[in-house]
Amino acid sequence: MRNKILLIFVLCFFLKPGISYSLVEIDITRGNLDPLPISVSPFFSDEISKEKIKKNLDIDNLGLEISEVIQNNLRKTGLFETLEKESFLQKPDIAHLKPRFEDWALIKSQVLITGKVTSIIINEKDYIKIEFKLWDVLGAKMVDGFSLTTVPNNWRRVGHKISDKVYERLTGESGYFDTRIIYVAEEGPKTQRIKKLAIMDQDGFNTKYLTLGNELVLTPRFNPTNQMVTYLSYFRNMPRVYLLNIETGKQEVVGDFPGMTFAPRFSPDGKKIIMSLAKDGNSEIWVRNLETNIQEKITDHPSIDTSPSYSPDGKYITFNSDRSGYQQIYVMRSDGSKVKRISFGKGIYGTPVWSPRGDLIAFTKLHKGKFFIGVMRTDGTGERLLTENFYQEAPSWSPNGRIIIFYRETKTNDKGEGFSAKLWSIDLTGYNERLVITETDASDPSWSSLLGN
Amino acid sequence: MNLSKILKNAFLVVIFGLIITACATKKSVKTTTEPTTTSTKAAETQKADPIEKLDALMQGDVYIGSDTVGELASGVPDRVFFATNETILTTASRETLRKQAAWLRQNSDVTVVVEGHADERGTREYNLALGERRANSAKDYLMTYGVSSDRIKVLSYGKERPVDSGSNPLSWSKNRRSVTVKEN
Repeated sequence: MRNKILLIFVLCFFLKPGISYSLVEIDITRGNLDPLPISVSPFFSDEISKEKIKKNLDIDNLGLEISEVIQNNLRKTGLFETLEKESFLQKPDIAHLKPRFEDWALIKSQVLITGKVTSIIINEKDYIKIEFKLWDVLGAKMVDGFSLTTVPNNWRRVGHKISDKVYERLTGESGYFDTRIIYVAEEGPKTQRIKKLAIMDQDGFNTKYLTLGNELVLTPRFNPTNQMVTYLSYFRNMPRVYLLNIETGKQEVVGDFPGMTFAPRFSPDGKKIIMSLAKDGNSEIWVRNLETNIQEKITDHPSIDTSPSYSPDGKYITFNSDRSGYQQIYVMRSDGSKVKRISFGKGIYGTPVWSPRGDLIAFTKLHKGKFFIGVMRTDGTGERLLTENFYQEAPSWSPNGRIIIFYRETKTNDKGEGFSAKLWSIDLTGYNERLVITETDASDPSWSSLLGN
Repeated sequence: MNLSKILKNAFLVVIFGLIITACATKKSVKTTTEPTTTSTKAAETQKADPIEKLDALMQGDVYIGSDTVGELASGVPDRVFFATNETILTTASRETLRKQAAWLRQNSDVTVVVEGHADERGTREYNLALGERRANSAKDYLMTYGVSSDRIKVLSYGKERPVDSGSNPLSWSKNRRSVTVKEN
């Protein structure tokens, strides 16, 4: 598993990952641990490359910027303590060739990342080649590294791919940095919110708006290959589920039933969309096959059945229903048979989302006027509440199943002022709660899978 | 002429408001037997805004005041209010809807959209379903009183379009509503 090489736009793979080294391993299942001290040396460039890159990207020191991307990613995991660059004793170019390990041990760094950025020309076009090496300071050896060549504009993604490699090497888990988040950007007063679909890199950069805000849009969700998004739009005041191709901008209605369609999500194979249809005061769960255009009713109950989410193997569906009198979480087979309630704690439960690992379901819980984000096993046992607040909901899993992103709204004051909606993330351990910076107010986040190439 | 019409409408609204308040004051005696949480909430809101007396504006947790209430037609209120997580019509709601039905029967060329809403204290998707259920609850009642179903569209906004941006029980009670809006 560790020796698997993920990167395809590698033109030159000059370093083989070593056989398993034991010393700098991190156990991320523990909650509160001492972060591992790590140094990310600025990546260096020769003068000619610097000039070219400056011309192409208008960035003076791209190597420094890339090291900042990596450093921020690692710091935000809560697993690493990224050391200040001012304390580094060795120059980036020499460190990249062969670090003086004593210099790095002296500042208490256990791990060192070095790199090099070179401008190259292929078929008369400018590219950048980025090399990186991961060093074990105490063991005094290189433990991993690779080299990537890409168009200059892609430099942040290379930073994310390096971060993923480091995370994978040091924790034994797959990373989540080369990913995007689609969400609803919000502006304006609470009674007249303007909402747009927006997409950004996982670290908040490269925000793009996909709709203009002319109609209300809600609950966007990625397909498994991250090219398609399904969401709810109030286009022409008819709330319907839509399918949007992010690359072509082409969109179509998929939930064109008489009545309102909402709460869409893709099946794990991306071939179906599961959603709710509300008609005559009753909401049921339906599945639409995108290849055959056949739609099938899955639930049959006079209560509200909504917020469906597939298990990663596609065999089960979790959803919430108020058939017991209040909103609770249920699991059924994907054909609608064997419906079983799994939430039995105090309070009401909603928005169940199956984890990518398959073993947990994340949910929103309302109890005694407070909203919680929590997780439980798929049979309802082992409920754990991760965070409590005035209002928060809509959990979405990072692709490695270690982090949950959600949105939180603030309480307004006596005059109804002070409303805001923001994205937050929290580790599965219940630690490391963080505000996710967005250009505008934000809600309904959905985390993509790893982007591939 | 327009002005006099406006004045007349305003007068009607005031009268209507007085009637409601009068009824409400009587009923508020009953609400003192509600669980203590209600009176604590009432105390809080009164402290925050002494002008609004919660007992006179909410029965249980259903809004019975006239703030935010518009008119479908002269003397015909445009909206009804619901209890938390409920879609059942109260006595006052049924009275309002009977007025709407009577007016719609007299104005048979008018079509309407019944917009269903929820307060902010629920998950977005569930609230969309709840708003749809509330709107249909009103629609069904209008149909019972002789308005044909093809004249009534239903549209749920869930918690997306609150009328009151407050984060307190009174604001939430105003937002749990279905509003009958003329389409033409």
